[in-house]
Amino acid sequence: MSAEATYPKDHFLSGGWDLKSWLLTKDHKRIGILYLLSISAMFVLGGLYAGLIRWNLLVPDGTHMSADTYNKTFTAHGVIMVFFFLIPSIPAVLGNFLIPLMIGAKDLAFPKLNLLSWYLYMLGGGITLYALLVGGLETGWTFYTPYSTVFAQSNVEIAAVGIFVAGFSSILTGLNFIVTIHKMRAPGMTWFRMPLFVWAHYATAIIQVLGTPVIAITILLVALERIFHFGFFDPARGGDPILFQHLFWFYSHPAVYIMILPSMGVISELITCFSRKRVFGYSFIAMSSLAIAAIGFLVWAHHMFVSGMAVYSAMVFSALTYLVAIPSAIKTFNWVATLYKGSISWDTPMIYVFCFLGLFLIGGLTGLFLGNLGTDVHLTDTYFVVAHFHYIMVGGAIMGYLGAIHFWWPKITGRKYSEAWGRLSAVLIFVGFNLTFFPQFVLGYLGMPRRYHVYPDEFQVLNVLSTAGATVLGFGYLFPSFYLVYSLFRGEPAGANPWGAKGLEWTTTSPPPTENFHEVPVVTEEPYDYARAPKEAAVV
Amino acid sequence: MSETTTAHHPALQHQFTDLRQQKEAVTLGMWVFIAQEVLFFGGLFAAYAVYRSMYPAAFSAGSHHLSWKIGFANTLVLIGSSLTMAMAVHFAAIGMKRRVVGFLLATVLLGSVFLGVKYFEYGDKIRPCLGDGPYTGCLVPGERFDAAALHLEGAEGGHAQIYFSLYFGMTGLHALHMIIGIPIILGIAFLAGRGAYSPEYHSPVELVGLYWHFVDIIWIFLFPLLYLIGAH
Repeated sequence: MSAEATYPKDHFLSGGWDLKSWLLTKDHKRIGILYLLSISAMFVLGGLYAGLIRWNLLVPDGTHMSADTYNKTFTAHGVIMVFFFLIPSIPAVLGNFLIPLMIGAKDLAFPKLNLLSWYLYMLGGGITLYALLVGGLETGWTFYTPYSTVFAQSNVEIAAVGIFVAGFSSILTGLNFIVTIHKMRAPGMTWFRMPLFVWAHYATAIIQVLGTPVIAITILLVALERIFHFGFFDPARGGDPILFQHLFWFYSHPAVYIMILPSMGVISELITCFSRKRVFGYSFIAMSSLAIAAIGFLVWAHHMFVSGMAVYSAMVFSALTYLVAIPSAIKTFNWVATLYKGSISWDTPMIYVFCFLGLFLIGGLTGLFLGNLGTDVHLTDTYFVVAHFHYIMVGGAIMGYLGAIHFWWPKITGRKYSEAWGRLSAVLIFVGFNLTFFPQFVLGYLGMPRRYHVYPDEFQVLNVLSTAGATVLGFGYLFPSFYLVYSLFRGEPAGANPWGAKGLEWTTTSPPPTENFHEVPVVTEEPYDYARAPKEAAVV
Repeated sequence: MSETTTAHHPALQHQFTDLRQQKEAVTLGMWVFIAQEVLFFGGLFAAYAVYRSMYPAAFSAGSHHLSWKIGFANTLVLIGSSLTMAMAVHFAAIGMKRRVVGFLLATVLLGSVFLGVKYFEYGDKIRPCLGDGPYTGCLVPGERFDAAALHLEGAEGGHAQIYFSLYFGMTGLHALHMIIGIPIILGIAFLAGRGAYSPEYHSPVELVGLYWHFVDIIWIFLFPLLYLIGAH
């Protein structure tokens, strides 16, 4: 490095650290950090529940937990991880922090609404945690009727209210992003000069805004049915539980894309930076995000092939499911083509990119097994499904999230973390993840059903392997919290652009000033113009 | 549009360059919000479509039990409130403060009339369900539901409960949107009275207008779907 990087005197946190400066802040960067803290807490909690699940499944006879406790445990794991970690993770933390920086704006279009979103998240999270911790919830995160409406004895109504409230946090975040991306771009920042991270968040925001209200009304109907004995889904009165499943998956399948699209946006940023090469097929990657958002709304019933559905509609949904794989494949091919003849470096974020590529590939291809009408009958509700969606959500979404945290950590905090520890834990997470979930593909294929607290003896070896992997994975997740926090106090100043990356966010100081840019940036070049970028990190 | 005059307008928020950008942003924001509202109600409309095609007889019987005359009168009241709202937005755009306040208050009045009528409509269906019975004429879904009042028996009584679940769910959610809208309109009327708005800056009036029209349009769909099934 040519010159010593310095830590700026004036940045968005220099205004103060008192409680008021956080709880009443309208700065998107501070709100991003509030989200980072709150979703990290949720991640730890959801992870503890995952540990309990794996602990119970160490033994085949279910002696560690009663069936009821086990049901409540996997429900808590699912509800926390889906609604309170995965869905907000990248958008609410990094999208919040980065989108205004990336498009050269002072803030999101609606800063107060952004703060309100965080409060709704906390309120919804608090209510749901109360439901989960005091008495518990045994319906699974899917709340299938009539079990949830008629038979469940637990806190369904309370959890429903919590998820309803948190849903509006997600909707308002999406609304804020859409308006910001449309109306707040800096001069010269045309649509096709936007970073692919922003395109991915635009597609995500569309799903958040159009999908989330459907689960909100659905979960509200479940609550009304429980509280006022309305009969929306009650088979005794002619109500149709399958209708609930349609409405539920109309959101909850697109929700998978809320989790994975932002992660794909992260991969696009990282892979081009660490290949020192302009991203291959920019407009294809951008448009495939929109294609995923659009087609993603048309595949929901592939979760219901065995629920009772006309064979012709099943065929249509199966075909559409194959169709949605195409834009994902386009992205993957373009990423690989970006690597080709690139000058690849193995910094921590890039290791997460490679983790993502391999795991997402496996997760995506096994998804086709499940979208296929014939094989799905064999695999439905087995551990194969569990393994598949963990390859997408953990292998895809969380790898992208961790890659993003490591890539933009120097920007957010102005400090560098230990590269050696970063690489070590990335590798540990990769190994632990595969050890946890690959055996589950085999278990599922052999016929082990999900959501049972007991299983036949012959499945024990693979289950023990899986639990061992989960232990490694747990340690892998633990390390970053130590070395990242350590870097806050002892890390070297990062300088404005430690990676030599392109993009407006790297042109301002690290951490950025409250107004993001001292002067409104004017964009004059195409994105990812790495051919002209110096290899040395720029120091400002 | 000159930037110099609007760049320092007191209503301009710091993240925007000028009032024009701010106005475009907040207007788009409201349209996006309305889009999510369409999907929010959309879940109920989907459920309605499914059950009406499954149980046409029970839906028809349930619908005949509602008074289409009251529903129609209330529809006129609500359309009237949309007119007064449109007038308020118009006068805000040309800066006639007193008329803005007047028409906003007229909108609140008409909206309250609508809700008052709804109160009595609900009351007729809920009152028989209270007390110790015999619950004749009770039309709230649940144990006390009186299918005989609709001349239905057996499974069709259950189907009629679904109709009334949807009736209360859909009109209730619609009424809730009005109950949220009215205090907001009152707040904006208050600010308008204090001279907060001008021809350059009156986005809040326009936005609450958009919201109110949206809520009215929902009712325009609810009225025929719930009140006019099988009416000739």
